[in-house]
Amino acid sequence: MAKITIDGHMIEVPDGTTILQAARMLVDKNPEVDAKVAPPTMCYYSKLKTSGGYCRTCIVKVTKGSEKDPRPMPKPVASCRTNVMDGMEVVNMTSPEVLDARKGVVEFLLINHPLDCPICDQAGECHLQDLGYEHGLAKTRYDFSRRTFNLIDIGPYIKLHMTRCIMCFRCIKVADQLTNNRYQGMLFRGDASEISTYIEKAIDNDFSGNVIDVCPVGALTDRTWRFKSRVWFTKPMDAHRNCTKCSGKVAIWMKGNDVLRVTSRKDQWGEAIDWICNDCRFEKKDAKDWVIEKPSHINRHSVISQNHYESLAQLKLDIGKQQKQIAGKK
Amino acid sequence: MGKKLLILNDKVPGIATLEVYRQHGGYASVEKVLKTMTPPEVLEEVKKSGLRGRGGAGFPTGMKWSFLARPEGVERYLVCNADESEPGTFKDRYLMEVIPHLLIEGMITSSYALGAKTSYIYIRGEYFYVARILEKALDEAYAAGLLGKNILGSDFSHDCYVQVGGGAYICGEETALLESLEGKRGNPRIKPPFPAIAGVWGCPTVVNNVETIAAVCPIVMMGGDEYAKIGIGRSTGTKLISASGHINKPGVYEIELGLPVEEFIYSEEYCGGIINGNKLKAVVAGGSSVPILPADLILKNDKGEPRLMSYESLSEGGFATGTMLGSGGFIVYDETASIVKNLYTFARFYHHESCGQCSPCREGTGWMEKILHRIIEGHGKPSDIDLLWDIQRKIEGNTICPLGDAAAWPVASAIRHFRSEFEEYIKHPEKIKDVKHYYSVHQLAGA
Repeated sequence: MAKITIDGHMIEVPDGTTILQAARMLVDKNPEVDAKVAPPTMCYYSKLKTSGGYCRTCIVKVTKGSEKDPRPMPKPVASCRTNVMDGMEVVNMTSPEVLDARKGVVEFLLINHPLDCPICDQAGECHLQDLGYEHGLAKTRYDFSRRTFNLIDIGPYIKLHMTRCIMCFRCIKVADQLTNNRYQGMLFRGDASEISTYIEKAIDNDFSGNVIDVCPVGALTDRTWRFKSRVWFTKPMDAHRNCTKCSGKVAIWMKGNDVLRVTSRKDQWGEAIDWICNDCRFEKKDAKDWVIEKPSHINRHSVISQNHYESLAQLKLDIGKQQKQIAGKK
Repeated sequence: MGKKLLILNDKVPGIATLEVYRQHGGYASVEKVLKTMTPPEVLEEVKKSGLRGRGGAGFPTGMKWSFLARPEGVERYLVCNADESEPGTFKDRYLMEVIPHLLIEGMITSSYALGAKTSYIYIRGEYFYVARILEKALDEAYAAGLLGKNILGSDFSHDCYVQVGGGAYICGEETALLESLEGKRGNPRIKPPFPAIAGVWGCPTVVNNVETIAAVCPIVMMGGDEYAKIGIGRSTGTKLISASGHINKPGVYEIELGLPVEEFIYSEEYCGGIINGNKLKAVVAGGSSVPILPADLILKNDKGEPRLMSYESLSEGGFATGTMLGSGGFIVYDETASIVKNLYTFARFYHHESCGQCSPCREGTGWMEKILHRIIEGHGKPSDIDLLWDIQRKIEGNTICPLGDAAAWPVASAIRHFRSEFEEYIKHPEKIKDVKHYYSVHQLAGA
C-alpha cells in the first residue's frame, strides 16, 4: 500500500496504482472531495490496456517523489501512466503551473479541431467540449487553415470523421484488445497522421461498435443515429435484454417512445461500464426489444445532464452562481 | 595538435577493409578482452573512463551499462543507434563510412562486457550506402572469425546485424528506435520501463550512439584511468565534432574535450576561421535542437570566462546564457546569416519529424512553423513573437520524448538572443520578398 496526497487530500492505495486512478478512487470514496481533483483525460481509458500518455491533459506536478526520495519530479508527468510511490505528493487543481500547462494542451488539441459542434452528433456529451469549457481559452489564437479530411464510412454502422479526431489511440486499442482483427491504424506522422482503415476496408465484427463509445470526440459516430436528434433532447434510460453475445446491459436514448440510439452505460468518468455487441447497439431500435429499468443516472456536468430531471435543481443553482459571477465581474 | 583516438587513421587508404584496419592495430581490443579480461572488468574500465553518451544527452555510459538487468535465462541485447538525423550532425556517418570496422570492433567488445549474444546497428534509411559499407565490413569480420560462433577460439559467440530504418528522426529516440527495430510504427514508448529493463523484444537492452561504442575500443586498449586523463573535469576523452556553416574548413574533427571554442572556430587545425573574414554572428553548438548562442556568449560565458568545448562549460549559465554540447553538430553563422530564416528551417524540420503521439508536439510544431513562415514572408504580426514564445513554453517538458523539447529550445533561444531581428522582419515587411505562404483563415475570408 502507498499513501499519496493529491491537492491536499490523502488516500492509501495499492502499489502499482497510477496517480490518476488514485485520484479517481479518492473522488469515488469521498463525496465531499471536488471531482476536479481527478485530472481530466482524453486518451486514457481504464478498461483499455496501455492506453493513455498521449494527450497530456492529465498532467500533474509531483512536488514530492516519495518518502524515500523526496525530490520533486522535474517535469510535469502524465498522471495516467505514472505509478504512485509511498509518500508521494501531487498537485493538480491547486497548482497554477499545471493549470497553465493544461490550458496549453487544450489549445493544442483545439487548433486543428473543426469546432463544428453545432452540427456534430457528439456535442453535449463531448469530452473535448467539457475540457474546452473548463480549461480552454474563450478565443483561439490560431488563425491558419485547419487540417481537413474527407468522411469515410467504415462499414455500414460507423462513420469516421477524421477532421474531428484528436489522436487518442483509443479506437485502435479497442480493435486490438476487444475484437479479433484490427483493420484500422495510424497512417503518416505528426499533424498529418490519421486514423484509417486499410484501403477503406470495413470494420466488421461483433464488438466494433464500441469504438464509437470510446471516442472522446465526434470522430467516430453511429450511422444509425447521425443527425436524428441533439443528444440533450433525448432521455437516457438504463435497459437490458437477454443477449447471447454481451451482457445486454445498455443505455437507450429515447425521444417519446422511439429508441433513437443504444450505447453502453457510462460511469462517472464517461467510460463504458460494459462493452456491448453490435446487435444490441445497432439492430434493436424498438422499445419492445428492451426491459427498461430506470432513467440513467448522469453525473457528468456536461450538456447532456442539463435536460435531466436529476439536474434541474443543480441547474438553477449553477445559473444563479454564473449570474453572480458575471455581475461581480461587471 | 590535439589527441586523436577514433579517427586517427582516417586518411589511410583502404582503412575500410579488414586487412588494412588490422595492420593499423584494429581488433586489438577484441583480442584483449576475450583473452585477458572478464566482462565485469571491461565494465569497470568503462566506468572508470568517465565516458559519456555521445548521442546528445551525455549520460555516463558505464552507469547505463550497470543498470542493465541481468535475469537468468533472458537474452540481453546491444543496439547501436546510428539513426543520426539531427540537422548539423554528421560525425557518425563519417566514422561509419571511413572506418566501419571501428564500430564493429566496439560492438563486439561492448557486447562481451554486457553479455549480449546479439547486437543490432540501427541505421537511418538515408544512409543506405553506409549500411552497405557496414554489411561488407561485417562479412569480412565473419570470414575472419571475429563474429559468429566462438570468436577467436574463445567461448564467446556473437552475431551483429545491420537494420536500415525508414528515415525518421524520431527513430533516433531510443524507445522509438526499439519499436521500429521490432517492425512497428516508430513511436516512443512511455518510460518506465526503461530499455535496460525491457527493451527490444521485451528483453534488457542497452542503446548507445555509434561514437560511444567506438570509444570503447581505445578505452579498453589504454585503460579507463588513462582515458579519464584526457579531456577536462567530468567531460573525459575526445569527441567528434561535425562543423558546418560559414567556416573555411567544414568537416568532421576529433577534439579533446576542453578545447576553447574560440580556438576551434579560428585555428587552422580545425574550422579555419569564418568565411571571407566575416564576423561571427552566432553558433549552434550541438545540433539543431540545442539553443543558439550569439557570438559574445559562445566565445565567453556570462562571467567572462572563455567557453570550452565540454559538457559543463557549454551548459554554463543554463538556458539563459548557455547551450549544450549535444551531439556535436557545430553550425557557425556569420554576419550575413538570417536567424529567423534559419529558425524557420529548423521549425519545418521538427514539424515534419514529429511522430504525432503527444498533442503538444504534434500540433505545436506545425503551428510554430506556420507562424515563422508568415514572418519570413513578410506577413508577421507584432503579437507573433510573444505567441511563438508561449507555444514553445507549452511544448517544452510536456511530451513523452525529448522531441518536443528539441523543437522548443531553438525557438526559445532565437527569440531570447535575437528578438530585434524578429521585430525587424515584422516591422519592415517591404524588405522581404513576398511569396506564397500558409493562408490564414482571416485572409481567405477577406479575399
